[in-house]
Amino acid sequence: MTTAEHPAQTESQTDTAVNPLTAPAPELWRDPNAKPFVVFDGITKEFGDFTAVDNISLDIYKRELFCLLGGSGSGKSTLLRMLAGFEQPTSGRILIDGVDMSGIPPWNRPVNMMFQSYALFPHLSVEKNVAFGLRREGMADGDVKRRVQEILDMVQMGHLAKRKPHQLSGGQRQRVALARSLVKRPKLLLLDEPLGALDKKLREETQFELMNIQEELGVTFIVVTHDQEEAMTLATRIGVMNQGEIVQVGEPHDIYEYPNSRFVASFIGSVNMFEGVVTVDEVDHVIIDSAEAGGLLRVDHGISCAPNQKVHVALRPEKITLSHDKPDQDVNCMFGKVEDIAYMGNMSIFRIRLANGKEVRVTQPNYARDIKGKFTWGDMVYLHWEVDSSVVLTV
Amino acid sequence: MKKLTAASLYAGKNRLMGYLARHKWGRKVVVGIPFVWLALFFFIPFVVVFKISLSESAIAIPPYTDLFSWDVEDAYATLKVNLGNFLFLLEDSYYLDAYLSSLKIAAISTVITLIIGFPMAYLIARSEPRRRMFLLAMVILPFWTSFLLRVYAWMALLKKNGPVNDVLMSIGLIDEPLRILNTDIAVYIGIVYTYLPFMILPLYAVLEKLDNSLLEAAEDLGCRPFQTFFLVTVPLAMPGIVAGCLLVFIPVVGEYVIPALLGGSDTLMIGRVLWDEFSKNRDWPMASAVATVMLVVLVVPIMLARNRMGNKEETY
Amino acid sequence: MQRRSYFLNTSALLGFIFLYLPMISLVIYSFNKSKLVTVWGGWSLQWYVELFNNDEIMSAAMLSLKIAFVAASLSVVLGVMAGFALTRMGRFRGKMVLSGWISAPLVMPDVITGLSLLLLFVTLENLFGWPSGRGAMTIIIAHTTFCMAYVAVIVQSRLTDMDESLEEAAMDLGAKPFTLFFLVTLPLIAPAIISGWLLAFTLSLDDLVIASFVAGPGNSTLPMIIFSKVRLGVTPEINALATLMILIVAIGVVAAMYQMRRREKQEIKPDA
Repeated sequence: MTTAEHPAQTESQTDTAVNPLTAPAPELWRDPNAKPFVVFDGITKEFGDFTAVDNISLDIYKRELFCLLGGSGSGKSTLLRMLAGFEQPTSGRILIDGVDMSGIPPWNRPVNMMFQSYALFPHLSVEKNVAFGLRREGMADGDVKRRVQEILDMVQMGHLAKRKPHQLSGGQRQRVALARSLVKRPKLLLLDEPLGALDKKLREETQFELMNIQEELGVTFIVVTHDQEEAMTLATRIGVMNQGEIVQVGEPHDIYEYPNSRFVASFIGSVNMFEGVVTVDEVDHVIIDSAEAGGLLRVDHGISCAPNQKVHVALRPEKITLSHDKPDQDVNCMFGKVEDIAYMGNMSIFRIRLANGKEVRVTQPNYARDIKGKFTWGDMVYLHWEVDSSVVLTV
Repeated sequence: MKKLTAASLYAGKNRLMGYLARHKWGRKVVVGIPFVWLALFFFIPFVVVFKISLSESAIAIPPYTDLFSWDVEDAYATLKVNLGNFLFLLEDSYYLDAYLSSLKIAAISTVITLIIGFPMAYLIARSEPRRRMFLLAMVILPFWTSFLLRVYAWMALLKKNGPVNDVLMSIGLIDEPLRILNTDIAVYIGIVYTYLPFMILPLYAVLEKLDNSLLEAAEDLGCRPFQTFFLVTVPLAMPGIVAGCLLVFIPVVGEYVIPALLGGSDTLMIGRVLWDEFSKNRDWPMASAVATVMLVVLVVPIMLARNRMGNKEETY
Repeated sequence: MQRRSYFLNTSALLGFIFLYLPMISLVIYSFNKSKLVTVWGGWSLQWYVELFNNDEIMSAAMLSLKIAFVAASLSVVLGVMAGFALTRMGRFRGKMVLSGWISAPLVMPDVITGLSLLLLFVTLENLFGWPSGRGAMTIIIAHTTFCMAYVAVIVQSRLTDMDESLEEAAMDLGAKPFTLFFLVTLPLIAPAIISGWLLAFTLSLDDLVIASFVAGPGNSTLPMIIFSKVRLGVTPEINALATLMILIVAIGVVAAMYQMRRREKQEIKPDA
């Protein structure tokens, strides 16, 4: 998977509509006085002797598009299913809009879910699938029709209302599933791998559409996904999960640039990791002596650690610059041989072998057309980067 | 190991419906009614059979003695257990022979059914979809028509002056009509004929899923068709083979109709013995003893083996 | 398709001939004018006429159809409950027992089932005076007991294959358990229920051994009549009866195949 390389670019493409009604969600999580909309309070879920979710506490705010990101078995789906009411937490509480959800069955929760498999009822037409939830509320016929028509038009499926699910394509099914889960106007919409079943191109289009709908309706979304690129694009905030725990919560940019652990750093995007020992520990910078990197590494942020503690310096491949000439710096500089080049179109990936045998991954944007020949197989090159490019990780 | 169980619990079936499970009233009805029905009409009958197998035959209605007698005047209860029926089962080689002969007939006919059924299942599974549907329907059709009538059809066919003998004589294979009806041969023919669909369907189910590229891979790696068959196809079809064999073997052991209609008077099968004890000799305790032994030595081990293999292999 | 060898084709062909030879012979002989199987006396429908005039066979057939109808319907109700309990109720006490009891009748020899139920009925009658005498009701009970096992297995496997998120989705959209069952689960397992009912109906209609044990005097089902008749020799009305049965089943199978093919065609239709 090399799709991890350009989240920073996609981020800047985000539609910045200025209509006050469709303005992006206020960043409530930065406001210490804001009241959270969804609260996980010490949630643990055990299946037999397996702990799927381990003592998670998490606040999610109104109008957020929160992504739970993790590998399979990380507990992200279980968390979502507990929110929907399909599973009961072994211990802990879930509050939605201040109401304790324990003991409230799924059919009485102000929550709707879009399923990974879409779960469209195969025996009902598109229209009836969407109307299913409204009928359960006992809504009058005319109102049901109007609401169904409205929402189907919004997802551009109005013309296929009479079809059965098996007569639809994957993308169309996804739209119907979305319409069905939105039509009841839930306070909170849960999406389980919403784009997982779509092919790459369709997925990218749908991502933005999903964000527009979310902003338009002002619904709070919680999305479960294993696709980090999807999470980076969609989310206002991301919660990274591993083995039943939330290891980091933050905005996409923070998660990418300031991972708090080696797990997060290597789970999201690709990263070079150098082990070393702290030699200088000041308030504004640290210097790390790394045998792996073959030199001194300087990072311009202080850390709290014991002297001589073993730490890791994480460095994203795109932060490194390659040059034939020795750069004018004695820290953050390495020398190695180009072993492999992969031309990706928008950029090239270099695999560089240091003298001590360590392999470093570097990506360089192809800013000019004939840049290809600049570095070639077997070249000896210098690798260098700025002091604010890397992060020190103690765990 | 821990991960494995966790994963199966986590992603597995039965994860949902906590609410239906907690819906007390609905739960009681849905579990309770079939439970009570089966307890009353499936489980308790066996207790009754066992009880009666311990009593003595008597000329009365019903034709057996009571296990318990209760003398009201003396407030004296007696429990009279008669193991005579079981001892007699052991003593008289007739019963043992009948059991063994049933097992033998069931085993041989299962093997024949497998040999005939496998190529048919294989052919159906490898046909193009339209043809496959048609052939499958051809296999299922006899299965839905009356079993008794199909056995009866063989009676007519196998008669001394019936069509089978006619054909055999006209092609010069035999000089005079063979006695086929009322022999073990006829029983085998009847059993194989009746139970063939039961073998083909589970075999088809596994062979249909068999990936053609596996066979091609085997050939690519140097297997001759014959070797491919025994080294790849057969091992992969094993679940179907086992299921099919069980579906044929078990009911055949207790078969009554086929030996009664096609077999001779010397065709000994345990189902027939039980029936005769019951209806001809009116010896209900003895019939019960035969049934008890059959249950213990035949059905129970098979049930246990099946449960161990897991309920996944239901082929119905 | 070159993988199919001559050997395979030939043996499969022989297999199909083996399966159909007896049935074809039944059909042909049903139109035989002569009463003797070996003699061809020309085409005739007389055995059909005699069949419909044979009160014994006709009333037994009516009884069998009635029993099969009631037994199949009862076993569908009980079998659906059992299948549902085993797949959708989570864990409960006695689940292992129930699942054992539900699959046991599938491997139980008919003679044992028949004998044990008869002895139960006799014992119950002695103790409680119920059921007084044996007849259609005891046969229905017996047939329901072994047929419900087949229905339960079919329903169970259908429910296991079914995507559970469909039911979760219904709950999520506000359907309470009962609404959920009737609006989503039941329509989705309808094909399994129909085939379960048909199978139960056929099994009941076909059963000789169990019915012989638990039927009272004067309550002969069709298989019992056929059995007693064919034991005495070949009876041409039975050929006619068999032909009619084969015809009905063939129509049913063709209709089912047609239905399936139509559904398949529908499914190919979606455009991108």
